[in-house]
Amino acid sequence: MEWTALGVSLRLALATCLLLLPLGLWLGRALATRRFRGKALCEALVALPLVMPPTVLGFYLLLAFGAEAPFGAFWQRLTGSGLNFTFGGILLASLVVNLPFAVQPIQRAFEGVPTHLREAAWCSGLSPWQTLWRIELPLVWPGVISALALTFAHTLGEFGVILMVGGAIDGETRTLAIAIYDRVQAFDESGAAVMSAMLLAVSFVTIGVVYGLARRRGGTYE
Amino acid sequence: MSEAMAESGLLVRLEQAAPIPLAVDLHCAPGELLALVGPSGSGKTTLLRALAGLYRPAGGRIRCAGETWLDTEAGVCLSPQRRRIGLVFQDYALFPHLSALQNVMLAMGHRGAGEREALAREWLARVRLAGLENRYPAQLSGGQKQRVAVARALAREPRALLLDEPFSAVDQVTRRRLQRELALLRESIEIPIVLVTHDLDEAAALADRLCVLHNGRSLQSAPPERLFRRPASPEVARLLDKHNVFEGEIREAAGDAWLQWGPWRLRLATPPAVRGPVHWYIPPSDVLLHRRDRPSRGERENPVEGSVSEMVVLGGITLITLSFPHTRDSLRFEIATHAARRNGLARGEAVTVSLLAAGLHPMPRKSQGESDDDQPS
Repeated sequence: MEWTALGVSLRLALATCLLLLPLGLWLGRALATRRFRGKALCEALVALPLVMPPTVLGFYLLLAFGAEAPFGAFWQRLTGSGLNFTFGGILLASLVVNLPFAVQPIQRAFEGVPTHLREAAWCSGLSPWQTLWRIELPLVWPGVISALALTFAHTLGEFGVILMVGGAIDGETRTLAIAIYDRVQAFDESGAAVMSAMLLAVSFVTIGVVYGLARRRGGTYE
Repeated sequence: MSEAMAESGLLVRLEQAAPIPLAVDLHCAPGELLALVGPSGSGKTTLLRALAGLYRPAGGRIRCAGETWLDTEAGVCLSPQRRRIGLVFQDYALFPHLSALQNVMLAMGHRGAGEREALAREWLARVRLAGLENRYPAQLSGGQKQRVAVARALAREPRALLLDEPFSAVDQVTRRRLQRELALLRESIEIPIVLVTHDLDEAAALADRLCVLHNGRSLQSAPPERLFRRPASPEVARLLDKHNVFEGEIREAAGDAWLQWGPWRLRLATPPAVRGPVHWYIPPSDVLLHRRDRPSRGERENPVEGSVSEMVVLGGITLITLSFPHTRDSLRFEIATHAARRNGLARGEAVTVSLLAAGLHPMPRKSQGESDDDQPS
């Protein structure tokens, strides 16, 4: 077991979850409850990482993060360091890749909250924030947990994009998935097996949590 | 309406051309129950949502209890939170993750945290739900849910109570019981109550006044008895499911005015306010069948002869439709089924009926410019 690689993977997964949680709540709720021009385009953009080949996405991110690209230059001016081959770089890439995993379950959950409930809360005197905290979040939390679980598991297993953007710098961008690949390349099958079993277990638990919550959501209030 | 009443009641004037046309002018005094009636798509629910602040119309004013809730000219539009209204939704919109008690307590933000629970229990007891405080909405029957929704709306101690088809989602027996409870509850509520319904019987039974809406326009507001006997226009009569609307003419000679309908000169109980071509209406209850075996009293009052074109037996009553040679319009009334049998009524038979003068109601004919609202929207 490569503990450094596991550490990078866990750090990356946790940071991705923490940053995507507020973004996912905001974007998911907006897509579920508001009507605006370009909504279909917005939804398509959110879903795009699901269907794009990871190497293609990684390639474009690599270009965008470069010091010659506007975004990379902006980042360089802002922070004084580049993005490619750094933890910050793979974190940003991870945020982009996981956007659909974070947004879509939350969006579906908010779509399941009838508009009347929001209006009833307003008519009962609750402000929009109170309505979110006391009515909407208690109703959508299974969707939020699903989003976090999917994001966490998917980040642990992400390979192509991380490799393209981050390379495999030990302690910085070399995640568990990349370590497994390296071990196999080095014919260390037993090392790869331990780490693979670890990822398998995490994935299994995650999917179990998601399905369990999905059943619970269906059965609680009906 | 007195000035004081106007200040404490609900005053509404809305104007909007699109997307949903609105032309509404109504008021509702404290303690009064005003029913908004009209077919689906007539704007009843939109109007209610505008009152609640959930829909912002393009133009108009809403005042309640001396406060301005909406004044589009002054740029005032209070949020639902600031309007202090109690709204009972058609599907009740109870919060599924909160118990009945918590649902009611949630609407009591204006009260101190310490007193909310005791007051919420009181409200639930008032709607006869004592003992069910800890049930979740999924564990309540339709009627119980409706009661929680009413308790939650009233627990807000609102300036006006709005009810959106509150009895449509329950069975007939529960509906009758809930209607009775609302009638009782009303006696202790001194705020304007606006009820949206498409059920005319319900509106007539519960409301002090009915407001007939069609295509977003308020056509007539009146107490049910007056509305049903004296609709303002043939359109109102049609919306109220009243059939007996005919064309006639008010004529006058030697200081005497009468209603000329084909060959018949019909006497009116009161001098008519209109002259010339009119529409007129008579409630079915004011059509009296003449006994065919022997003459009876009152037969001199506006007798007209027609032939039975339709007889529909509905249990103890029979609906009779008469047709006349001079018009395509037919006259409907109902009599006891045994009376229909005794009189030997059958399709094609000629009968004479009296059109009671007190029931005859002439309405001015609509001018050309007003005929726009008959278009399907």
